[in-house]
Amino acid sequence: MNFVELVRFAAGAIVAHPLRSGLTSLGVVIGVAAVVMMTSIGLGAQQRVTSTIAGLGSNLIIVQPGAARAGGGFVMGGAGTGMSLTEKDAEAIARDVEGAVAVAPVVRGQAQLAAEGANWNTRIEGVTPDYLIARDLTLASGRMFDEREARQGRKVLVIGQTIARELWGEQDPVGRRVRVRSVPFEVIGVLASKGQSSFGQDQDDVVLGPLQAVRSRVVGRRLRGDVVQTIYVKAENESELTRVQEDVSNVIREQHRIRPGDEDDFSTQNMASILEASQAAVSTFTILLAAVAAVSLVVGGVGIMNIMLVAVTERTREIGLRMAVGAKRSDVLIQFGLESVALSLAGGIIGLAIGVLGALLMARVGDWPAAVPTWAGPLALGFSMLVGVAFGAYPSWRAARLDPIDALRRE
Amino acid sequence: MIQVRDLTKIYTMGDERVAALDGVSLDIARGEHIAVVGPSGSGKSTLMNILGGLDRPDSGTYLFEGEDVSAFDDDELARFRNQRIGFCFQSFQLLPRLTALQNVELPLIYGGWPPAERRARTAEMLERVGLGARMTHRPNQMSGGQQQRVAIARALANNPDLLLADEPTGALDTQTTHDVLNLFEELNREGLTLIVVTHEKEVADRAKRRISFRDGKVVADERTLTPA
Repeated sequence: MNFVELVRFAAGAIVAHPLRSGLTSLGVVIGVAAVVMMTSIGLGAQQRVTSTIAGLGSNLIIVQPGAARAGGGFVMGGAGTGMSLTEKDAEAIARDVEGAVAVAPVVRGQAQLAAEGANWNTRIEGVTPDYLIARDLTLASGRMFDEREARQGRKVLVIGQTIARELWGEQDPVGRRVRVRSVPFEVIGVLASKGQSSFGQDQDDVVLGPLQAVRSRVVGRRLRGDVVQTIYVKAENESELTRVQEDVSNVIREQHRIRPGDEDDFSTQNMASILEASQAAVSTFTILLAAVAAVSLVVGGVGIMNIMLVAVTERTREIGLRMAVGAKRSDVLIQFGLESVALSLAGGIIGLAIGVLGALLMARVGDWPAAVPTWAGPLALGFSMLVGVAFGAYPSWRAARLDPIDALRRE
Repeated sequence: MIQVRDLTKIYTMGDERVAALDGVSLDIARGEHIAVVGPSGSGKSTLMNILGGLDRPDSGTYLFEGEDVSAFDDDELARFRNQRIGFCFQSFQLLPRLTALQNVELPLIYGGWPPAERRARTAEMLERVGLGARMTHRPNQMSGGQQQRVAIARALANNPDLLLADEPTGALDTQTTHDVLNLFEELNREGLTLIVVTHEKEVADRAKRRISFRDGKVVADERTLTPA
């Protein structure tokens, strides 16, 4: 018995009932589309998280006040969560930690900018020149302030692209004056655009000023002495990252006179471990989504089994006749098995197309960075085939076990 | 061609055991035209099923051209039905989805014929039964007589040794019954062995040999006069 002929028999039966076949496949269509879309959402989220974290700077170690939180998550230390870090800590790190190529203490605040009639409320960060190195930032025009300017408390600013656009439109902002909370500053540079972060934050909506000037003129009221909110440390290379992180910890413990065995009053995190933790969280979330979607695939399989059982009952006489003219039991088994696989596979192909289109649509319209994994295609087709085989097996077996005499006699 | 010895087949219905065949022995030679008659439940359909390889006897032997068919497994029986037997049923048993051509093609497909030869043979068989003009018609577009002729073409397609017809004219009117019987006689003259199960006197009278069944036993086996 030729396999091609069995395929033709199966195809003929499917085409004979287009509506029924379509509805039967629909279950698998929905299941596969759901799995493809969910894994695309997951992958998109993973890429977004990765780019966000990588966007913070490579080989970066973030030191924040306050004890590390359980679970090792990304600690977002806002102002006031602790006052334990100081510029002296940063200086000690720069002096004592080998392999720290940039050490950047930061104070943060919110400020109203005013220039030539335009107003803009934005984040302002008081930093040192090392900050650009630590965060992998570059300038689009103008220059960064240097150590001397910073020490002298010069009132200069490096602004993000959004600020430039909002305050001066198309005009070159370098050399212009802007008032920050009524204190006049001079714009000396513009940062290259970093675009929107994947959490929807505009990374170009930021102003950098010298640490001292920003502290005393803008955020001083909330920070005493030389307290800073974050210290960024950039390690020379990735292999040094963990060692540098440990050294940073030790230096700060020493600075803070924390005795061995006592808890740190600060926390350090490196980008690699943050990335790892985030990706682990995202992939757990992806697997969960895909598992829920896979349930609908199983439901689709049950639908196929149901219709195949109906088909076997309906076509009992056909099966009897086929046996009478020479069909072996295996011929009948394969014919019905192929029918089930074809229904499922067709559903899988359509579902894959819908899933991919849906994911692309989400990425375009819904502002969610869905990315279709390359393995989605083989996976969807493989799984739908498997569903066809698994749920078609029992109906096909029933068809093949029929007694030809009973089958021919059936009304 | 066929030697049947002491065939028995017992059906259990609830507590009751009914012997559908009770020690039947027969010899059938190549080229015979046989009518099997008897009341309902006399065992004649059971005999047909066993002769056709659709069923196995509980005991006894069935030799077909020297081969012991009663010992065949399912696949061997499928092959036997495909190569040796052609079936005609009272209800035609055509597949409604398929055209006349596709229906006649079925035994050839299961017999493994290559497509080109298959199509030629199928067309030839439909011409042979006088349906050359209706090859692409579906069963519901044909009369009962035409449908039965498609079924006969299907039965003959793979060149069987034996044609088994179970009440082949039971669903046909007088005129078409006549046509079908004429066709049977013609085929028999060409050398086909024919066994017809029937209730109808006219059908039985056209056979050359009549075997009567009652309660699972052969009660009469007589040569009839060859009709003019």
